[in-house]
Amino acid sequence: MSLSLKTIIEGLLFVAEEPLTVDRIQTVTDGASAERIQKVLDELEVEYEEMDRAFALKHVAGGYQFRTRPELSSYLLQLKKKSPTRLSRATLETLAVIAYRQPILRAEIEKIRGVDVGGILKTLLEKGLIRGTGRKDLPGRPIIYGTTRKFLETFDLPSLDALPSLEEIESLGPDEEGRLF
Amino acid sequence: MSLTVKLEIYEGPLDLLLHLIKKNEVDIYDIPITLITDQYLEYLQLMEAMNIEVAGEFLLMAATLTQIKSRMLLPLSGEEEAAEEEEDPRMAIVRPLLEHMKLRDAAEALERRDLLNRDVFSRTVSLPDLGLEPEDEDLIEANLFDLIDAFRRLVNRFEPRAGLEIVVETKTIQERITEIVRLLKAERQVSFERVCAGDRSRAELVLSFLAVLELARVGVLRLFQHLVTRAVTVFYVEKGHFFEEHQSGGEEAADEEPQP
Repeated sequence: MSLSLKTIIEGLLFVAEEPLTVDRIQTVTDGASAERIQKVLDELEVEYEEMDRAFALKHVAGGYQFRTRPELSSYLLQLKKKSPTRLSRATLETLAVIAYRQPILRAEIEKIRGVDVGGILKTLLEKGLIRGTGRKDLPGRPIIYGTTRKFLETFDLPSLDALPSLEEIESLGPDEEGRLF
Repeated sequence: MSLTVKLEIYEGPLDLLLHLIKKNEVDIYDIPITLITDQYLEYLQLMEAMNIEVAGEFLLMAATLTQIKSRMLLPLSGEEEAAEEEEDPRMAIVRPLLEHMKLRDAAEALERRDLLNRDVFSRTVSLPDLGLEPEDEDLIEANLFDLIDAFRRLVNRFEPRAGLEIVVETKTIQERITEIVRLLKAERQVSFERVCAGDRSRAELVLSFLAVLELARVGVLRLFQHLVTRAVTVFYVEKGHFFEEHQSGGEEAADEEPQP
């Protein structure tokens, strides 16, 4: 039986521990063009979706990865005996400021949030959701912050461009939510 | 009381303003500036009375609000034409408030996505845990102002308010912290009212309040509020080393100096 490129890529995706990029797949499928690989990935994405299985192929953080359906989360959390990913509201809000306004300095984040964010930045750095991307040519050479690949992986985003624009975001509003925060 | 609680306040002046706007159910585009300014200053006084270090940003906002308030009170000067062109002074706070709300919505939108290791899972080695939270869906993390509100509800039980006169107490904050920790260890989670149930005076209530804040700051407990009832619940967070330090009564256990 001769192996099709699709079978090979499917196998690679099955064992990969992180989203596989086209480039990465190219290094192990000698000679296959990026276009062909992309075409196979697109086909697999559609096929898994249509099969309606427990997992599907998802485009995240610039690569492709099998991920389970959200409806299964309560069962999988029990199996893993783990608490789910959770971030406090203050952490999420700071992360949102960075995600939408990057590259951004700590002082700029604090101007928007109106509070000191030193502790939260440390938390976000430790969780690997943000990183220092450079230093601004200002007195004190302050660190410039941006989000990481792990941020995209965690929030199910193919790329930063996939973030909905602030105008697109539907506000839950104070009334439907019952309160402002 | 020579004690200052150095809080890591994650809520800023904008959060307090939104809190008040929501509480009074007023339109953000037509803020009753006198009412909101007065309430804002009242909260600041309350925070200061409880020895919560109020960040400079809060005072800056207080100054801005007061300035807007006085500008609103001034009669329109000059020709009416020019006066009409003049921007509503309240825009100076409405704009940052809207920006703040927009980014808060963005944060909520992020939260609603299919989060890895919460909603969806991959064959990846699991990401490290990002922390445990209660399972009740109606509970949300309480902020400082929610706790101040809970405190205000309780403080009204005692004598009519004549400012917060703080009587020197026999109990120290360390003793109170130890008591609360003991309660939490036994119960895992208790209502804020329950924590304060034994308090017989304002001073004791303030002590409980400060002890809860201090424990929240060092991460021994977390505060959640019920979306509907607004009741604040205190959750115990496992942190063995902290208790050992505290219970052996080591001097380095807390940053604050004990009272004389």
